[in-house]
Amino acid sequence: MIEIDSITKAYGAIKAVDAVSMTVETGTITVIVGTSGSGKTTLLRMINRLEEPTSGEVRINGDSTLSVKPHILRRRIGYAIQGHGLFPHYTVARNIAAVPRLLNWPKDKIRARVDELLELFSMDPAQFRNRYPAELSGGQQQRVGVARALASRPDLLLMDEPFGALDPIIRTRAQEDLRHIQRRLGSTIMLVTHDMEEAIRLGDRVAVMDGGKLVQYAPPAEIIAKPATGFVADMVGDVERPLRLLSLVPLSEVVEDGAAEGEPLPADASLRDALSACLWTGRNAVPVMRDGATVGRVTLTAIRERAEMRA
Amino acid sequence: MKTTGAGLSAPGLLFAVAGLAALLSPFMTLAANRIVAGEGIFLWNMASAGAVIPGAAAVLAGLGLGLLQQPASLRFAGAVLGLGGALWLLTQGASSLLAETGEYARVSPAVGFWVLLVVLMLLMADALTAMAPRPLTRGAILVAILSALGLILWSGALSDLSVMQEFASRRDAFLRETMRHLGLAFGSLAAAVVIGFPLGILAHRRAALRSATLPVLSFLQTIPSLAMFGLMIPILSWVGATLPGARALGIAGIGFAPAFTALVLYSLLPVVGNTVAGLASAPPAALEAARGMGMTPGQRLRRVELPLGLPIILTGLRIVLVQNIGLAVIAGLIGGGGFGTFVFQGLNQTATDLILLGALPTVVMALSAAIVMDILVDLTRRTPKDKT
Amino acid sequence: MTPGLILRPLLILLLLALVLRPEWFIPLFAPLAPEGGPVIYTRSSLLSLSLSHLALVAAASAAATVVAVTLAILVTRPAGAAFRPLSRTITNMGQTFPPVAVLALAVPALGFGAGPTLVALFLYGLLPIFENAVTGLTTLPPATMEAARGIGLSRWQRLIKVELPLALPVTLTGIRLSVVIALGTATIGSTVAARTLGEVIIAGLLTSNTAFVLQGGLAVGLFAVLIYDALVQLERYLARRMGG
Repeated sequence: MIEIDSITKAYGAIKAVDAVSMTVETGTITVIVGTSGSGKTTLLRMINRLEEPTSGEVRINGDSTLSVKPHILRRRIGYAIQGHGLFPHYTVARNIAAVPRLLNWPKDKIRARVDELLELFSMDPAQFRNRYPAELSGGQQQRVGVARALASRPDLLLMDEPFGALDPIIRTRAQEDLRHIQRRLGSTIMLVTHDMEEAIRLGDRVAVMDGGKLVQYAPPAEIIAKPATGFVADMVGDVERPLRLLSLVPLSEVVEDGAAEGEPLPADASLRDALSACLWTGRNAVPVMRDGATVGRVTLTAIRERAEMRA
Repeated sequence: MKTTGAGLSAPGLLFAVAGLAALLSPFMTLAANRIVAGEGIFLWNMASAGAVIPGAAAVLAGLGLGLLQQPASLRFAGAVLGLGGALWLLTQGASSLLAETGEYARVSPAVGFWVLLVVLMLLMADALTAMAPRPLTRGAILVAILSALGLILWSGALSDLSVMQEFASRRDAFLRETMRHLGLAFGSLAAAVVIGFPLGILAHRRAALRSATLPVLSFLQTIPSLAMFGLMIPILSWVGATLPGARALGIAGIGFAPAFTALVLYSLLPVVGNTVAGLASAPPAALEAARGMGMTPGQRLRRVELPLGLPIILTGLRIVLVQNIGLAVIAGLIGGGGFGTFVFQGLNQTATDLILLGALPTVVMALSAAIVMDILVDLTRRTPKDKT
Repeated sequence: MTPGLILRPLLILLLLALVLRPEWFIPLFAPLAPEGGPVIYTRSSLLSLSLSHLALVAAASAAATVVAVTLAILVTRPAGAAFRPLSRTITNMGQTFPPVAVLALAVPALGFGAGPTLVALFLYGLLPIFENAVTGLTTLPPATMEAARGIGLSRWQRLIKVELPLALPVTLTGIRLSVVIALGTATIGSTVAARTLGEVIIAGLLTSNTAFVLQGGLAVGLFAVLIYDALVQLERYLARRMGG
């Protein structure tokens, strides 16, 4: 559990982060979202003490981060940033091994861990181990960056706009992969973004920052349905709110018995996908499939009812 | 790539024209003794047809191969062939001309030979640029060329030439001044690295130190070399006279100490400046990641900043080395020794060969140092994937 | 910038005093002169030596600029592209030739006096100017070049109105390097009997008169530093005007 206790960062009279408190449960993804200058990155960087807080403290599993030297603290906390920050003169394997080497892990343990992580990120170790970052695609570089941050099995993974430099298609894929890997490893992740779409897609909880203050900290559905301030509502975007809400609900939640015509959708697709399929192909319902077998259908009426329930 | 005519190399055409003109110019000079001005001798007057024709044919064939657009390796071979021909002509001319003249007569290469030498070396460089050999291959080529040069000089094939006679009469002095020159150039480089490298690291860390040192060092760099060497004389003679023990260490106003100090001062800007630039060249995201993963400042320096900055730092050392080999010549004016001793003696006595005896080794040394340092820079710049 | 504002006029005044009224410095230099020897160099006036020194540098640098920029324009046109790799090789190799060696090698060909010095200064001066001019002409912003073509400028107009002005600051840096090297090499030129301030230093070295060495060295050093500084200021001014 990560406890952020009334943490403040002041530059002279200006408070970049103003008395923010929040608790992050182990094994969840928390997304901090805000515009530039909202203090979201400063908040994140105070957790691994890349910025020293002016007041307040952060506790990881009950221990204050102020009780150890910053560089020792940082070796326990994974850190992935925009533009990956890989060392251009190190191979992929050496990049991933950077923190384990700082921690003096034995060589064979490091080698095994590197291969394990490469496989986890669907990169063949034999093929990628000895490549240099410049020989990878943008998506691969980003994955190695995250693998490096996870290498020493950190208590917490901090990510600062990790997908910011990727093009939209690769970005969606990277977000899905992250979600998948987080579920599998049970990691605790705090991620900063300016993209509300990304926050809603990834976050178990979303923290919205504005002018250094934490204005709302809630599950994504609640952020969309009950924005705490006008600023949060603007970030969510009024026009797209119903669609964003639908994108959070899997078909399995509203599937009903019955048949429907046309191309089926998988049960873990969202209601937004189903709505889109209905509108595009002029149907009133789509069949739902699970493990290759049709399990029922989702109708336009059901979608509308769900949208009106608001979370 | 634009081609001229039927696949001819445009630079090759230029080399051929210049090379032909060189063959038609006075190729050697014959003088009655070491001081008087000589008389230019044309190729066809300097030796028997049997001696001249093979050499001239080799040069022409070499220039002809240089005309090709491709392959570069054939052009390179042409340059080697041409150089062989030019050297052949030189040896044949020297022995044949000396055979007919008095005891004190001197023969030396004239404008024709020098132009031909430059043209063929440019052809070689042009071909090598197109071949783009790997760094280690370049090193091997340099070693081969220097060995060939050494072998030719050692074999005595050129000992009839005036400049070699100057060498023969000063063999010991030449060796001594060579060591002195190397000592000045490399010693001052070493001293500049010992002082400048830590200074560069500190200046990289502290902006205040950086903005205080770099302008002072570039100011020093601006002072003309003769003035700098000259100004060191009163300063070091004062140090030698005042500081107890300094004189015992050989610190005095004239000689090695002021020359060495001047060279060190000139070297500081490239060493410090390139160290700062090299350390600053690491990508900001990589540095941020290094800090974020818990590297200490020392670990960041050793593992990230230094390895990434090494090519730029080495480029600084290349500048220093080439510059110091050249500037060390000035030491000859203030009794500091080195090849400059011969250059300035030669200028005093208007003895061209003595000037060459000092200037030519300096040029060879500077050029070799530049090529070796370029190879080192390239080796550190490559991602080490094919080093296995 | 403030130290420059105070230092610059001070150095200029010091240089003017040294060149025009060297006798003012007698008390300063006297302890360095040999017993009973002359304190101030009088065989030629420092002023005339300075003028001849500067004229030599100016002539060589001006000629080098004209030739180097012309060559740079030629190799950056499509027709001259075949010569560009060669010209790069020549500049790289040429700059490893020590200026003193170039000067010394010019003597056998041209004899003593201002001639070999002028030729050595000219040849050596070509390299940095050519290198920088080529860099300037080949690294123009593509959008600007596209726009210049787009508004219908001819090749010649593009060269005169767009390419050369944009390449000017980089070219000027090359000219500055070249001038600084020329000032230094010209000093050594007095070993081959060119009339420059080096004459004073050499005279001091030959007669062990440190006072001569110091006044010659100071004068040359001040000229070099001030000219370097003036050219840096000019580059900054131009860069500012181009919104650099």
